Amino acid sequence: MFSHLSASLVDGLLIGFVYGIAAMGLSLIWGVMRVVNLAHGATMALGMFFIYYLFSGAGMNPYLALPLAALLAMAFGFIVYVVALHRVIQAGYLYTLLATFAVNMIIIGIGTTVFTTSPRNVDFSLGSVTLGGEILQGTRLVAAAASVTITGALYLFLYFTRTGKAIRAVSNNRAAAELMGISSARVLALSFGIGTMLAAVAGSLTATFFPFTILSGSTYQLKSFVICVLGGLGNPLGALLGGLILGALEGIVPVFMPVSWVPVVEFGLFVAVLVIRPSGLMGAK
Amino acid sequence: MSFWRSPGFWLNFLLIFVGGALVLLIHQDTLRETAFTVLMYIALASSLNIIMGLTGYVNFGHIVFFGLGGYFGFFMLSQMGWPLYLSMLAGGCLSAAVALVIGAAVLRLRGAYFALATIGVNEAARAFVANFKPFGGATGLFVNFSVYDQYGGSASALWWIFTLLWIVATLTVVVGYLVKHSRFGLGLIAIREDEDAAMVMGVRAPLAKTIAFALSAFFPALVGTLYFFKNGNVEPEDAFRFQLSLEILVMVMLGGKGLVLGPILGAFAYERLRGYLLISPLFKNLHLALSGGILLVIVLFVPGGVVGWFRERFPRLRRLLE
Repeated sequence: MFSHLSASLVDGLLIGFVYGIAAMGLSLIWGVMRVVNLAHGATMALGMFFIYYLFSGAGMNPYLALPLAALLAMAFGFIVYVVALHRVIQAGYLYTLLATFAVNMIIIGIGTTVFTTSPRNVDFSLGSVTLGGEILQGTRLVAAAASVTITGALYLFLYFTRTGKAIRAVSNNRAAAELMGISSARVLALSFGIGTMLAAVAGSLTATFFPFTILSGSTYQLKSFVICVLGGLGNPLGALLGGLILGALEGIVPVFMPVSWVPVVEFGLFVAVLVIRPSGLMGAK
Repeated sequence: MSFWRSPGFWLNFLLIFVGGALVLLIHQDTLRETAFTVLMYIALASSLNIIMGLTGYVNFGHIVFFGLGGYFGFFMLSQMGWPLYLSMLAGGCLSAAVALVIGAAVLRLRGAYFALATIGVNEAARAFVANFKPFGGATGLFVNFSVYDQYGGSASALWWIFTLLWIVATLTVVVGYLVKHSRFGLGLIAIREDEDAAMVMGVRAPLAKTIAFALSAFFPALVGTLYFFKNGNVEPEDAFRFQLSLEILVMVMLGGKGLVLGPILGAFAYERLRGYLLISPLFKNLHLALSGGILLVIVLFVPGGVVGWFRERFPRLRRLLE
């Protein structure tokens, strides 16, 4: 019982890192723009398919394809911001929710036609490592390491570069930041680009160990919401912690009850945290 | 109350009442099937409009009430042997009660937090029902076909179900109109415009929102029970279609949120459009992308929806297009 528990806990934690990356993108977009990005999951799915085609079509190593996916996703994020969000960014959350949702429908609609909904998987293995009796998949270890690196890079970027500081300034107070000479439209576009990039990277990493379809994104998007709320919406670094909590839950819960109860626990927790403490477990206020 | 003297009321009422009556008179099976879907969408969109259009709270989980209420109604009908209209009302009451409980907790959240919570509620409800043994778990429930004999065979049962749906849809629209034009409705609109100001002016916002939420939850349950009874079975995947929840949202936005006529026209137009796209070979798979495109264009350029746009352009029509 105990060894089974610790094995699934470690496995859950490793996946939790990747969940954390996806949620970080969502959280950054919310924190800076006050936009709930409902196209986040669809972007993740696009990342998965990108890796899939580069790997099985061109035989490219998934980890080499990763930076490419990141760059493209960033550009994609800019385009989405300009086309769908810039016009309504001041109009309140109802319009931004619906606008990102419309983007989601467009991606899923086109994606279903192009990729169909049959499951794919990236058949890539890095072997496994045995650590104190636990067998750890190589791809998951790399994914977790990549997630930690990306989190570190994001932290350094947000706190120690001029652009990063501008993003935090706009996040704190958009009007005041504009008065200080920061072009908020540019910062918003950049933040949306980074958020989208994180989604695509998380999607790409997930693709290396789980099968997926174009619709898989919505599951991960929902998980990202749960994580964001746990870690505090708008707190990108809290998202990593939230991801670990969710990953651990997914590892632990199936040991005690049927796997099908996992979503009930997750979303129950989600609603409970939202109602009791909307600022999140790590929230400031 | 002088709603019976307002042209806007009669336009809404007659549209749906005469439309349904015509279908009953023509008595043709394919027409009934189409009209069933249209009326179902109208009832769902109009009830969503009570919470979303009036108070401005986006509910991504409206389908929860369709699913949960429909499940309960179907359970009473198939397992307990209750008559259809009683099971329907039972479903509606359960749904409204659930909404009261959820609403009391979740409606304390404002704006985007509320919208997020409704997504969570939808997923939690689906996952719960799929694991709930009395409701048949993941396989759902079935109706014994002998039940249809009470209604004179399955053919006449379908007409009977349609008639009930027609009444429910008409009732939803009438209630939607009455709420919008009541003192209570004015309070809801005030909440939409500025919740803090509304509270200062004496609107009891938490109570008003919760009642509006429960009201909007009552009708989908009636529709759900009828829909599942028509299908003869109910299962979690069919009952809690997040997709449908979103399509209803598009309908409300398409017609014009906050207007009684908006969801009616939006539901009708969307159903027709969707029907057309599904049979056209080019758009068969792209209909979701196209609905997304429509939604995006509406959100960006015509935020008031089609009816809202007409009201803006032709102020004289405002008394008619409510």
